[in-house]
Amino acid sequence: MSDPGILNVAGVGADALDGPRGPKPRRRFSRRNIFIYGTLIVVALYYLLPLWVMVVTSLKGMPEIRLGNIFAPPVEITFQPWVKAWAEACTGLNCDGLSRGFWNSVRITVPSVILSILIASVNGYALANWRFKGADVFFTILIFGAFIPYQVMLYPIVIILREIGLYGSLTGLVLVHSVFGMPILTLLFRNYFTSLPEELFKAARVDGAGFWQIYFQIMLPMSLPIFVVAMILQVTGIWNDFLFGVVYTKPDLYPMTVQLNNIVNSVQGVKEYNVNMAATLLTGLVPLVIYFISGKLFVRGIAAGAVKG
Amino acid sequence: MAAARPLGLFRNINAKIAAIPMVLTALVVFTGGTIWTVVYSFTNSKLLPREKFVGFQQYERLWGTERWNVAIENLLIYGACMVVFSLVIGFVLAALLDQKIRFENTFRTILLYPFALSFIVTGLVWQWLLNPDFGIQSVIRALGWESFDFDPLYNADIVIYGVLIAGLWQGTGLVMCLMLAGLRGIDQEIWKAARVDGIPMWKTYIFIVIPMIRPVFITTLVIIASGIVRLYDLIVAQTGGGPGIASDVPAKYVYDYMFQGQNLGQGFAASTMMLLAVLVVIIPWAYLEFGGKKRV
Amino acid sequence: MTFRTILMAGTALCAGSAVSAADLEVTHWWTSGGEAAAVQQFATEFEGQTEHKWIDGAIAGGGGTARPVMVSRIIGGDPMGAFQFNHGRQAEELIEAGLLRDMTHVAEAEGWTDIVNPPSLLDACTVDGKIYCAPVNIHSWQWLWLSNGAFETAGVDVPANWDEFVAAAPALKEAGIQPMALGGQPWQSSGAFNVLMATLAGPDVLQKVYGDGDADLAGGEEMARVFKAAEDMRGMVEGSNVQDWNQATNLVITDAAGGQIMGDWAQGEFAVAGEVAGEDYTCLPGLGVIEVLSTGGDAFYFPETGDAEIEAAQDALAATLLKPQTQVAFNLKKGSLPIRGDVDLASANDCMKKGLQLLADGKTMPDVNMLNTEDTNNQLNDLFVQFFQDPSISADDAQARFVSIVENKD
Repeated sequence: MSDPGILNVAGVGADALDGPRGPKPRRRFSRRNIFIYGTLIVVALYYLLPLWVMVVTSLKGMPEIRLGNIFAPPVEITFQPWVKAWAEACTGLNCDGLSRGFWNSVRITVPSVILSILIASVNGYALANWRFKGADVFFTILIFGAFIPYQVMLYPIVIILREIGLYGSLTGLVLVHSVFGMPILTLLFRNYFTSLPEELFKAARVDGAGFWQIYFQIMLPMSLPIFVVAMILQVTGIWNDFLFGVVYTKPDLYPMTVQLNNIVNSVQGVKEYNVNMAATLLTGLVPLVIYFISGKLFVRGIAAGAVKG
Repeated sequence: MAAARPLGLFRNINAKIAAIPMVLTALVVFTGGTIWTVVYSFTNSKLLPREKFVGFQQYERLWGTERWNVAIENLLIYGACMVVFSLVIGFVLAALLDQKIRFENTFRTILLYPFALSFIVTGLVWQWLLNPDFGIQSVIRALGWESFDFDPLYNADIVIYGVLIAGLWQGTGLVMCLMLAGLRGIDQEIWKAARVDGIPMWKTYIFIVIPMIRPVFITTLVIIASGIVRLYDLIVAQTGGGPGIASDVPAKYVYDYMFQGQNLGQGFAASTMMLLAVLVVIIPWAYLEFGGKKRV
Repeated sequence: MTFRTILMAGTALCAGSAVSAADLEVTHWWTSGGEAAAVQQFATEFEGQTEHKWIDGAIAGGGGTARPVMVSRIIGGDPMGAFQFNHGRQAEELIEAGLLRDMTHVAEAEGWTDIVNPPSLLDACTVDGKIYCAPVNIHSWQWLWLSNGAFETAGVDVPANWDEFVAAAPALKEAGIQPMALGGQPWQSSGAFNVLMATLAGPDVLQKVYGDGDADLAGGEEMARVFKAAEDMRGMVEGSNVQDWNQATNLVITDAAGGQIMGDWAQGEFAVAGEVAGEDYTCLPGLGVIEVLSTGGDAFYFPETGDAEIEAAQDALAATLLKPQTQVAFNLKKGSLPIRGDVDLASANDCMKKGLQLLADGKTMPDVNMLNTEDTNNQLNDLFVQFFQDPSISADDAQARFVSIVENKD
């Protein structure tokens, strides 16, 4: 597909206005490409620098780390820190490293992500397209909630969970994640739906489509990128959550981050930086995989075609 | 909407049912929790929340504390820089990625990966990178530039900018993603029309595209802002609030006093002040956003 | 009928520790390699000697992280079976609110009052004559760790006390060595100051200022000298660009810094790096000024659960923790000192032996945690981290702020 618009991006100046409009033969080293890829590569290097340090550190032994050159590649590569982080690091009696909490994390993350996105997308849709009296007030309170520091809400939530009998259970934790994800997600969906062409919604209404029908058949398919963003937000937030997991559940439900924290965050005692780095990279792997896979859904919405049709 | 008006309560009944979780959350958790916090900020609760009221004593102590003032000043500097830089950088990166480039998925994942990693350790890595004795400064000096000076974490005047570098590294990927999602929702016809009218690319972005994705900008702004107000982990991991108390922020003050200092009342008082400041910004915004214009 | 009653009563008594096995959830923040190995000893002993099961709830990060967890569990009506705390004033409020179990019966049965040394450890567990916690180890803060290599490079003798160390600082600086290492975290700054105070002004002054809130003494001549010494120290730590305490210790290990004031847990780092006490490094308890060690440490507390089986397990755990065998196994791994003087730590290294000798001689003082609330400690953290990092604050100003903290302490 020829896309004339993009041909002009080369100069961030007025001189970009040159040439004919037809599909230009693409040269590999056009100014435009050099600019785009050059910038992206420089930025990518800046982003990767800390990752480099983490990876090389995780492959060194402690004596080598004590020498202090953080950028140098390991003289002697060892995978022991990774093995230790995943399967051997002790938490009291249990010397099975991060692997211990892995499935708990999955059990917590999957329902929490699904429930929170479901609730918030419907909320956002109702707020954007079916505004009812008072909706704005609740929405404003919700946005306010996005700014409350989590820790301040810790004890009130304990009291609420105790009163509804869910304290210490998986359900309770899923609920908490959904509640704290709601402000940002609702805002995300509401504003996205608001920016979609209104004609679509009106046309569907004229055709007699109802609340749910429009949601599933029109809004949902048009909003894949925003669902991806919501998923990125929630998977990251919930997978990496430590505080809620440890405060609202019991040891048999503790997520992986509890072990991560135990490995990296000891106050006294010897710190093993290589194991710390390996543990962090291992924990970050799941969100990373999700980012990479879900990236395929970053497609252009079908809005354009739909309006005409 | 063309439908005749039935009973007020049953108008939009589906939307109202769908909004029940939101209403409950807004009322019970956020409003209820906030009121609870404000009430207990007038007590001298220590380890446990207790109803021993002491009037404004916690607030007097709060505003008499140098650390709190430093924290607020830092938040303002960090906040202003963070909003500007992450919006600009995030948008430019999204625009670049939106040029139908190759390896888009790879670049996007690289830019986004810092978001996936726990702050506890990334803070440590940035602490190493910015350490004058074995980080970037020492490498550049070893290359021959002997007078190169770069030690933001150990200079009280600029430490907050050292934190900013790591904050941007962690946060711009998400901003880029949000912007990209916004750009992907834009009607492709716009570009054709702009080209026909002979409008340069950058002008199209600034005067046509950005206004069109204004809602996405607002979303992004709220996400950035809430991250700024709740800024805590990064500070703890990277500087511990130091050198001295030079990189302290309000959320850290709140947590330190609530849990480290076992002085819940003081922590609640500080968080009440934070929430008050947020209200001062949000209420006018809500009026502007919702006042008057109706969509449906 | 009566016979059956007696029989049942008898069974119930036995059930106290043997018959009904329970799962006991234990929360603690010992998670680094050595610490985890140490807590393993507790669990092994507990499960070996009793029928109960240890459910491990380790949460790293110290009190700041563990406290919200514990308080939430207690408020949520679902407390753990036992939890670790620094003993001292931190648990006062939980005791007042009736949330912790009175363990006096175990203490009496096991004769804790006779075996716990120094007795101040048990005092810190005691409120209104009742014992609420089981102390398990002793950590002391008053150690100066010196790098022999650094002093050799600088061409001066390894100091034998604080004043010699201060005098040697210029020579170290000239040789391109950081005279003293100090991590940037607040607790390290206030900790080091409290060590200066305990050694240069003496334990009595510390006791009166923190224990009795004596503001006159806090603003007096003796404390002014301590602040002067702190100012010296500020000059010596300037340019020590590290955050974690063990990064600072590593500067001493690699001979990049002359010395560091840090608690006895630092010797673990020296040991892991293969350094030998006396050869590669020197340790000076009490900064070589005064032979005294503070006796802070950790203790276990037991929440009220109202469940007889859990209570039996709690009693069993409390008793197990203080048994001689448990004490030796645990403290050797942990690198701390046992809370009873009647056990033999033959494999202890030089520095540990010095510590043991001081304990045996009764040259001890209470830990700052036993005298101050965490709120006060937090304010001290704020003051001293600022003082040590910011040369524009004069010793006099810092002392004035110190006095106001002492005046307002509760």
